[in-house]
Amino acid sequence: MIEKFFTEAVLVGIIASGIRLATPYLYASIGETFGQRSGVLNLGVEGQMLLGAFAAFYVSLTTGNLWFGLLAAMLTGLIMGLGMAFVSINLQAVQGISGIGFYLFGLGLSDLLFQKLMGTVVTVSGFRPIYFPVLSDLPIVGQIFFNHNILVYGAYAMVFVAWFVLNKTTLGLKIKAVGESPEAADSLGVSVSKIRYLTISFGGMMSGIAGASLSIALLNVFQQNMTSGLGFIAVALVYFGGWRPIAVMGGALLFSMVNSLQLWVQVLNIPIPSDFAVMMPYVLTIIALVVTVQRVRPPSALTKPFERGH
Amino acid sequence: MSDSQLLPTGQKKINHLEMIEISKFFPGVIANNRVNFDVKAGEVHALLGENGAGKSTLMKVLYGLYPPEEGAIKLDGEQVVIGSPVDSIGLGIGMIHQHFMLVESLTVAENVALGLASTRGPLTDLDIVSQRIQELSEIYGLQVDPKALIWQLSVGQQQRVEIIKALYRGAALLILDEPTAVLTPQEVDEFFLTMRKMMDDGHALIFISHKLHEVLDISHRISVLRDGHMIGTIPVEGATKEKLAEMMVGREIGLKKERVSNEKSEKKLILKNISAQSDRGTPALKGIDLEVYSGEILGVAGVSGNGQKELAEVITGLRNVTSGQVVLEDEDVTGLSPKELINRSLSYIPEERMRDGMIKEFTVAENLILREYDQLPFANNGFLNLKNISTHSDEMIKSFNVKTPSQETTVKSLSGGNIQKLVLARELFRKPRTLIAAQPTRGLDIGAMEYVHLRLLEQREEGTATILISEDLDEILALSDRIAVIFEGEIMGIIDREEATTERLGLMMAGVVE
Repeated sequence: MIEKFFTEAVLVGIIASGIRLATPYLYASIGETFGQRSGVLNLGVEGQMLLGAFAAFYVSLTTGNLWFGLLAAMLTGLIMGLGMAFVSINLQAVQGISGIGFYLFGLGLSDLLFQKLMGTVVTVSGFRPIYFPVLSDLPIVGQIFFNHNILVYGAYAMVFVAWFVLNKTTLGLKIKAVGESPEAADSLGVSVSKIRYLTISFGGMMSGIAGASLSIALLNVFQQNMTSGLGFIAVALVYFGGWRPIAVMGGALLFSMVNSLQLWVQVLNIPIPSDFAVMMPYVLTIIALVVTVQRVRPPSALTKPFERGH
Repeated sequence: MSDSQLLPTGQKKINHLEMIEISKFFPGVIANNRVNFDVKAGEVHALLGENGAGKSTLMKVLYGLYPPEEGAIKLDGEQVVIGSPVDSIGLGIGMIHQHFMLVESLTVAENVALGLASTRGPLTDLDIVSQRIQELSEIYGLQVDPKALIWQLSVGQQQRVEIIKALYRGAALLILDEPTAVLTPQEVDEFFLTMRKMMDDGHALIFISHKLHEVLDISHRISVLRDGHMIGTIPVEGATKEKLAEMMVGREIGLKKERVSNEKSEKKLILKNISAQSDRGTPALKGIDLEVYSGEILGVAGVSGNGQKELAEVITGLRNVTSGQVVLEDEDVTGLSPKELINRSLSYIPEERMRDGMIKEFTVAENLILREYDQLPFANNGFLNLKNISTHSDEMIKSFNVKTPSQETTVKSLSGGNIQKLVLARELFRKPRTLIAAQPTRGLDIGAMEYVHLRLLEQREEGTATILISEDLDEILALSDRIAVIFEGEIMGIIDREEATTERLGLMMAGVVE
């Protein structure tokens, strides 16, 4: 039974789908990294993803254009992000709680719209794998790296964009300063609220794309609560990666590889109860968090609203 | 002073800055009431006042952090509007805050570059920034490594970064908010050298402090604020400590209580080779040996953060030791709970009076019985005796001279000095045989400070063994019989008061072993 696993085809399959499955985690957690680096914890990622997934799916279905769908998802996420920013920055709400509120809002609204506008589960034909001449035909390497759709490549590109912005630009410097010591940033004329508005709405947009990557690129359907906790795992991955984009990517890959492994375990009918297989990624999250959380220090101002003179 | 209109940094001088009739109100408080203040190029103008007198508020108005309700600011004769730090920085005003405004996880260069336009557009230009930092360091003798992370630097070095940050932004006028509070005496000397250099070059400097000898040492003019009013501005010539103190407090300060010499008798408290960890798990105390006799005040001097907090907590049972022994009145009390130590007549005046000393949401009466709330006469079989508690509170309020509307007032609405009097009342009324006093006068004004000192000396006369932990060398020298200096968790040496000088203690505080 187990020997089924060690065929080339299966191993290549596991790695290739691991790389693909990391897509939604990457978009969501890279967006969340920016927010947290600037001192705001957005727990509403899951809700933003659900609404993004629905918007992408519905617009793609009605217009027949996947790019319009993607745009709709980005806009939806952006609006949700602006809402979160308003609540945490202007109203100075407790971020953990308001995030849960946004999650529930996204969960409920996406389901309501789904019931009202669609009613039944249908499929769209989503983004297709890009064909690279020669490269895609290579054995093994072609399968693993050159057989994915545009959103998958976009996700990995965003990791490096994020790394670059945080480490090489003046904007990145401001974001980090606002998250570590908003008083210091403020005293030098950096607008704490502007920076936080920027990171939170950008994070919302990224969550929207994460949702779209599920509904119009990976699964090509929309269902109620189709993210099933994925947005929360994305938040956990930010902690796991110690707020550094490259390490966050490492966490996302580890997680999606395990996920891919358990899917193949089920496909190949290996006699491990499927409940255990499904549980694996979640158990892994808990272990990973317990092991890493002690190691890296979070941004000092994380979850703390900023008010001048206090 | 050079006659050029430019500073060595290339920035234009601010010849005269005037704040005219500035008023600033907070709900229920007039923080500044028609205050006039001015400073000129090449001078140090000191701003003195007790806590809450309105010094910081006035400076925050100047730096653009608070908008004033009334008044005007004139720069070289022209009226300017300062709505935010961006405006003040643009006008050449810089501020060194009492609590440093530095991002600890970033480097020196990154902190300096923060918020400034880069020569490379959206990309950072830290190499160019570093070069300029080196230039400024050389002009003013402020050595720092641009690549160092802030948290790796000493407090003195961090302060240099703050000054460089302001100079880099072209500050011609610098507001220095209690810059010496965190420095050792030697670092203060160095800092004054930098100040004198800046002054000679034509910078205008505003110096806030409540250490009178420093103010007299470095300033040209001295202004005193009290209760939001400008009491007066006087030239340093002819100013004395007594005169300034009187202006600050509004009455004559009655002076030091004479220390009576006491015969050392029995050893009350012995620490044997104590080691303990900080909250972060790093070693905070490394083999501390101390002995305190009854009728003695043992001063523990040192720059804050060198293990003082851990030392107090180990003795009072709030922190576990990793090795060593605490002996109280010939009994090994290592590892006993705070309650058991309280019952052995140990009292504690904690450093953070609002956090560890009082429950700020509780009333005055409740806070006064926090130690004996479960014992006669305050409680019997689990029931509080409210009548006795009330009588006790009234007595304490009276005998410790606490200014409070009633004993039912919550502690958070009292002033710092009155809160400290409550702590003293609770800790001293039971006539402790051993007392740990940690920074007992930090943040208090001169009047309250004087009171605390009198009470501590009274305890000494009654035979209490006291450990006085303080960063204030004047306080240590005024009260202690012997002085131990702590540096990075070790005792650098213990000297008799008669042999102690500020210089000698300062060297020990910087880690020089006797």
